[in-house]
Amino acid sequence: MPTLTINGTEVTVDAGKSVLQACEQAGVDVPRFCYHERLSIAGNCRMCLVEMERSPKPIASCAMPAGDGMVIHTDTELVKKSREGVMEFMLLNHPLDCPICDQGGECELQDQSVAFGSGDGRFSENKRAVEDKNMGPLVATTMTRCIHCMRCIRFSDEIAGVEIMGAIGRGDHTEVVTYLDGLLDTELSGNVIDLCPVGALTSKPYAFTARSWELKRHPSIDVMDAVGSNIEVDTRDGAVMRVLPRLHEDINEEWISDKTRFAYDGLKKRRLDRPYVRKAGKFEEATWGEAFAAIKTGLKGAKGNEIAALVGDTADMESMFALKGLMNSLGSQRIEARQDGAALDAKIRASYLMNTGIKGIEDADYLLLIGCNPRSEAVMVNARIRKGTVKNGLKVGRIGAVADLTYTVEDFGDDASLVKAAKGGRHEISKALKAASKPMIIVGQAALAREDGAAILKMAHDLADKYCISEGWNGFNILHTAASRVGALDLGLTTEEGIKGLLKSAKTGDVKAMFLLGADEFDSSTLADTFTVYMGTHGDEGVKHADVILPGVTYTEKAGTYINTEGRVQQAEKASVAPGDAREDWTILRALSDIVGETLPYNTLSELRIALNEAVPETATLDTLPEADWSDFGTDGDIAKTPIVPIGGNFYQTNPIARASDVMAECVSVREGATEEATGTNG
Amino acid sequence: MSAATKFAWTPENEAEAQKHIAKYPEGKQQSAVMPLLDLAQRQNNGHVTIEIMEYIGKYLGMPAIRVQEVATFYTMYNHKPIGKHHVQVCGTTPCWLRGSDDIMAACKKHLGIEKGETTKDGMFTLGEVECAGGCVNAPQVSIGDDYFEDVTPETIVDILNKLAKGEKVTPGPQNGRQTSAPLGGPTTLADFKGKTAKSGGDA
Repeated sequence: MPTLTINGTEVTVDAGKSVLQACEQAGVDVPRFCYHERLSIAGNCRMCLVEMERSPKPIASCAMPAGDGMVIHTDTELVKKSREGVMEFMLLNHPLDCPICDQGGECELQDQSVAFGSGDGRFSENKRAVEDKNMGPLVATTMTRCIHCMRCIRFSDEIAGVEIMGAIGRGDHTEVVTYLDGLLDTELSGNVIDLCPVGALTSKPYAFTARSWELKRHPSIDVMDAVGSNIEVDTRDGAVMRVLPRLHEDINEEWISDKTRFAYDGLKKRRLDRPYVRKAGKFEEATWGEAFAAIKTGLKGAKGNEIAALVGDTADMESMFALKGLMNSLGSQRIEARQDGAALDAKIRASYLMNTGIKGIEDADYLLLIGCNPRSEAVMVNARIRKGTVKNGLKVGRIGAVADLTYTVEDFGDDASLVKAAKGGRHEISKALKAASKPMIIVGQAALAREDGAAILKMAHDLADKYCISEGWNGFNILHTAASRVGALDLGLTTEEGIKGLLKSAKTGDVKAMFLLGADEFDSSTLADTFTVYMGTHGDEGVKHADVILPGVTYTEKAGTYINTEGRVQQAEKASVAPGDAREDWTILRALSDIVGETLPYNTLSELRIALNEAVPETATLDTLPEADWSDFGTDGDIAKTPIVPIGGNFYQTNPIARASDVMAECVSVREGATEEATGTNG
Repeated sequence: MSAATKFAWTPENEAEAQKHIAKYPEGKQQSAVMPLLDLAQRQNNGHVTIEIMEYIGKYLGMPAIRVQEVATFYTMYNHKPIGKHHVQVCGTTPCWLRGSDDIMAACKKHLGIEKGETTKDGMFTLGEVECAGGCVNAPQVSIGDDYFEDVTPETIVDILNKLAKGEKVTPGPQNGRQTSAPLGGPTTLADFKGKTAKSGGDA
């Protein structure tokens, strides 16, 4: 471990660290543009020059490995002059159009030119101008502002795994481009906006809508998938202006997917902003009182288990808990959360969690994907797998449909019965699992949503039991697609019959009334003759055959608890204001319980959370990777020798918010080359 | 891209390309991108296209953008069709001091084109390059792979005329200089002429 002196202070750093990292460790700030701790070192901006004793020239600290006995100065006249010189060069061709630049106020170049820029430039020639590029509907470009730090190129190569960005030409003619001016075709593309230290790459949907200093920042949790990415929701006057990632090393690092970042315009479109009651086939606006009265009338004649409920994919713990309370008070246990029909077992926690954890993927040396496409189902998990393959030599095999995941995958076929063969011991999958010291499997919902899903779950359990469980290592993972799913399973919101059975019972009249808590991912036409109450946010699938609509709020408009696919409990703050008469879901349920059943025993969010903690003790521990006890689960049975059909639907339109978003629709159409495709509710 | 413009190696160039690739260790075949681009440029009458870059990218197992980066970085890869003879006048300081502006003017006047243009008959493309490394015999003009040094506005026009007619031209110094030796013959050690028996010294 080298020890070096930085500005007179001795500091010992790990071998392999750079001088810049050593400076950071010593608490000395070094300006930089191209250096980024999660990307490879480029050393092309020269802003991080520092003085090293016995070196004739200043050194680029980001690219210089820290060596024993180095004496570094960052506060000398030479360093000051170097930085000023680099900054002057940087600004030669920079347009200095900060007043009309979206990056203004959060621009690294702006900040550093305040510190190191001279008041005047000495360059009296014409500045160069660069044509803007079209990178698609998400990333706006003003390439004249580019300072060629190449962070975006390195990000798309290294993290996103799509080699389509590059720098063409040289010297004064260097331009950062996407190949042939094409779409920046990755579901992580929005992150280049955060990485760009200047205003060359900015957010297209956010363009010119707000200034960074006008925004209120609210820590929140993403609900677009089951990863629970940590996000910051920025609002102005109660409206969401943009969504940014928040650092969480164990989940999303500092990235988020494009759906997480850009679907927010869907929060303002097609919203249910007041209660509606269907009268003579048509929805009529109603007051809360009228809506509740209509529900009371509708529930007449339905007793106990004749009332059922379906839970949607973006529900928070509080509303699910309140729904469960309401249903139980009506005497019904029929609440189902598995809209996709996955044969998940709510009894054993380890059976439905990503036990290894997202960060744990980095430690694994072999990964078997069973019926899942992490690139579309959980972008951040996919990015982590890619990181494992790049940094740790992780090998990936797959049973399931072929899809490009941005890393090399060994395909064994998509026949579900391969899971059995893999367990057997003779198949090459078994050999690979056996040879690995930390093998893991990820089972996707596509594998579990089949008729033989329970048998596949059992077989996956046996497979994991045989190869993937060792001291301190649990390699059995379920990858969920819905933010609410793990929480719903923790609450035990499953039924014997599953969603198929429930919908069939609705047709036969065994179920007379149905509550939908934001449930939109099923064919609601089966509920045409059932008294249906839809409680949710958007005019999507669920309202089509509803009789009463109660306007709820989206994830940014309420304080909510979410449990991600790892079983990690996280809480989001309320960030924005709900439209019209919409109310937080648990308060609706609490008010409704007053009228149709027994009053739920909590009046405030904190009272509800105390009750929730008692019912689900796991929710009391925030932001911790749980260690669920390993035991037997699944049901023995035959596995059909049929292909595992991947989850349908488009990545950009998996929930009501994303389906209401024009930006997401544009992401779809630009890829399909279609004009007016997929803006409807059928996703 | 239509099938008519489809690029593929000729059998000879395929063998040549494999020779270049073989110079690099297994898995590092991307290192051969520059000679392969050059080879393709020659096969394609002097310029590379997007299609060629994609072909080479596939051939070497590297993304097309990486090939494009290389091909656009180096000025010796042409991206537009060029004439049969690519006339590149050096304009860097030594040549400039020795009258490269006049050479360029003579070329422009003779060919009737500006820098970066190609004559109508497709025979000549005119360009200016940075230092070609022929400073000692400045001014210098490259035509195709050949260097023509110590040119004057008259000699360059003569060369261009001969090329246009398909006559043979001699590369190298155009004023009788032997390689890069001093122009007026030897000026030192002249005394030793004829008495070279012990020129090695007798120590």
